[in-house]
Amino acid sequence: MNISIQHGRLIDPANGIDSHIDLHIANGVIAGVGQVPDGFSADSHINAGGHIVCPGLIDLRARLREPGGESRATIATETAAAASAGITTLVCPPDPSQPIDTPALVDLIRHRAKQSGHARVLPLGALTQGLAGQQLAEMATLKQAGCVAVSNGLQAVESTRVMRCAMEYAASQGLTVFLHAEDPWLAAGGCAHEGAVSVRLGLAGIPEAAETIAVARELQLIAQTGVRAHFCHLSSARAVRMLARAQYDGLPVSADVAAHQLYLTDMDIGYFDTQCHVRPPLRSQRDREGLREGLKQGTIAAVCSDHQPHGANAKLAPFPASEPGISGLETLLPLTLRLAGEGLLSLPEAIASITQRPAGILDLLAHGEGGTLATGARADVCIFDPEPYWELRADALQSAGHNSPFLGWELKGRVSCTLLAGELTYHTCD
Amino acid sequence: MRRHSLQHDSEGRLHHLLTIEGLKRQQIVDILDTAESFISVGDRQVRKVPLLRGKTVVNLFFEASTRTLTTFELAAKRLSADVLKININTSATVKGESLLDMLHNLEAMQCDMFVVRHADSGAAHLIARHVAPHVSVINAGDGSHAHPTQALLDMFTIRRWKGEFAPLTVAIVGDIKHSRVARSLIHALTTLGVSALRVVAPKTLIPAAVESLGVHVVHDLDAGLRGADVVIMLRLQKERMQGAMLPSEAEYFSTYGLTEEKLALAKPDAIVMHPGPINRGVEIASSVADGAQSVILEQVSNGIAVRMAVMSMTLGRAPAEGEGA
Repeated sequence: MNISIQHGRLIDPANGIDSHIDLHIANGVIAGVGQVPDGFSADSHINAGGHIVCPGLIDLRARLREPGGESRATIATETAAAASAGITTLVCPPDPSQPIDTPALVDLIRHRAKQSGHARVLPLGALTQGLAGQQLAEMATLKQAGCVAVSNGLQAVESTRVMRCAMEYAASQGLTVFLHAEDPWLAAGGCAHEGAVSVRLGLAGIPEAAETIAVARELQLIAQTGVRAHFCHLSSARAVRMLARAQYDGLPVSADVAAHQLYLTDMDIGYFDTQCHVRPPLRSQRDREGLREGLKQGTIAAVCSDHQPHGANAKLAPFPASEPGISGLETLLPLTLRLAGEGLLSLPEAIASITQRPAGILDLLAHGEGGTLATGARADVCIFDPEPYWELRADALQSAGHNSPFLGWELKGRVSCTLLAGELTYHTCD
Repeated sequence: MRRHSLQHDSEGRLHHLLTIEGLKRQQIVDILDTAESFISVGDRQVRKVPLLRGKTVVNLFFEASTRTLTTFELAAKRLSADVLKININTSATVKGESLLDMLHNLEAMQCDMFVVRHADSGAAHLIARHVAPHVSVINAGDGSHAHPTQALLDMFTIRRWKGEFAPLTVAIVGDIKHSRVARSLIHALTTLGVSALRVVAPKTLIPAAVESLGVHVVHDLDAGLRGADVVIMLRLQKERMQGAMLPSEAEYFSTYGLTEEKLALAKPDAIVMHPGPINRGVEIASSVADGAQSVILEQVSNGIAVRMAVMSMTLGRAPAEGEGA
């Protein structure tokens, strides 16, 4: 099947392209950019006039709940939601109900994703068995089974010795370690940023130091072990500064930020709005500015959704007892575009933070497996109309999770087509 | 979401009492004045007024309490309401019925008011957001967040002894970090405009950013008590020792316990308050708790009148001029 995407504005940051040229796809790969390749004839045309054509989005962190949490969401529902949001690749972290510490679990997740056909799911393998932080997971086996990197999810590796060994071993296998930086003792029992809001509401606080102490420890170990590491969903300005220093010193570290952290602060909790209960917590305005600055400077490479779909009851509880997390797939693109609208990033930079840069972190870019529209790369493409305003409504969300603090927000930019390896996984156009 | 007006109806009247934060000074004064009109009801032969006749009040206590529960029950009965007490520890939440399911069941039984105590901050707000429009919710303590009726009865007690709030120096001593009473007191005292409000405790018991609530933080008890008109002692929970927040009860008493000697640093006519139940020899010496400057028992009896005022006002049945007394 040959497809030509015509009349769109092609933005492909990985190749420095931002111009009105056509894109030609043959057999699931990019056959040509601009010029029609020799001997190519399109079986179908997509008219992208007035729309932007960019690589399919790559979300570095999305919980899909399957296996184990199917009552909340399934891989089928969430990958379909991803496709409707222009996302073609999702990175799925391990958690206690699906620790991703055996090849069987990796196979299951990949199989379900393949079956659904809406988006590619890349599992992060466990760093320690059962995420218990004691014994190393079979990382080489997990890599062979298809894990793109390793992580201990939200579970802390309390022992510094175990963390050091895990990093050394991961480095030996050529695996990147994805880190959730949170000191378990300082964070214990907390549910909100420790500050003026938590003191007012009597919510147990998670101090900024819970993040910075963990970042400091991991940076020391990264320097010693030489492992390539990626910090997930940073929440504090100080951690960003620590990371900038480490990058300046030449450490192989990258980071991402969840889209909601770039817009919300602890003030948005208001009087116990459980939709704003997230982990790591929403912090102060200064932190939000620091995260934005970090993204602008490149210290933070990528924006992720940190997607966590929940059933309705998860948020119908007193704030500390409610489940943390936001259903974020469908706000990833509009919230990232808004950064360009607000002048923080250029439009190509904003797009790079959800395409080229996460692809680089996952090592997909060099293999043409995402984040690029170079000739020969796999044809993962997102086409969106950057202009229309639309209101985020719970009943219009494709995800099984309707938990979002952005409900009622006016968002700009709407996906019209998503192609996964040249196949349409979502479209509203003809 | 009507975040900031949840406890008020569209005309600005108090519909729920969830927190002192956001109440206007005049609203607090009105509650205290109404309570004043109820204070004599307890001294009558027939200790009842018919203001809430036909109304059903449900005490929904998810956490153990004796004093607060009892005074709410007495207050409701003196207003002629029917009172239902549901002890949740042995009831539905154990069977897995969710908090909100249970509320809707109770609503179906035509209840008019929920008096809620819960171990989680925000529980009363959650319930207030989900009850039928005619139902009022009174927060009887939620986690470390708020205990507004306790703060109001303390204001009532202070006003009876001191008259004006403006000239007062008030010291709150003890576990500020985990205390819902402290937070409600701080909002009440800053709204009523005391001239100085100190919180006194070691750093382990002072929450981060507490200055943002308008208090001065003092770590030395002597400095905290010097020149105070009102000294409010807070209860120390034994868990604080396990949580590495304090070394021992004995050391706490020697550094932050209120003894006669320490109390002498306050103004000679200073009053000593405590929300109860007190730990004698831990935060307060018996001789002070039972001493001439202690108003601790008066706080308890004032609690009934203040809760009568809050219940009648939130249900829109405040007494007309002279009707209460």
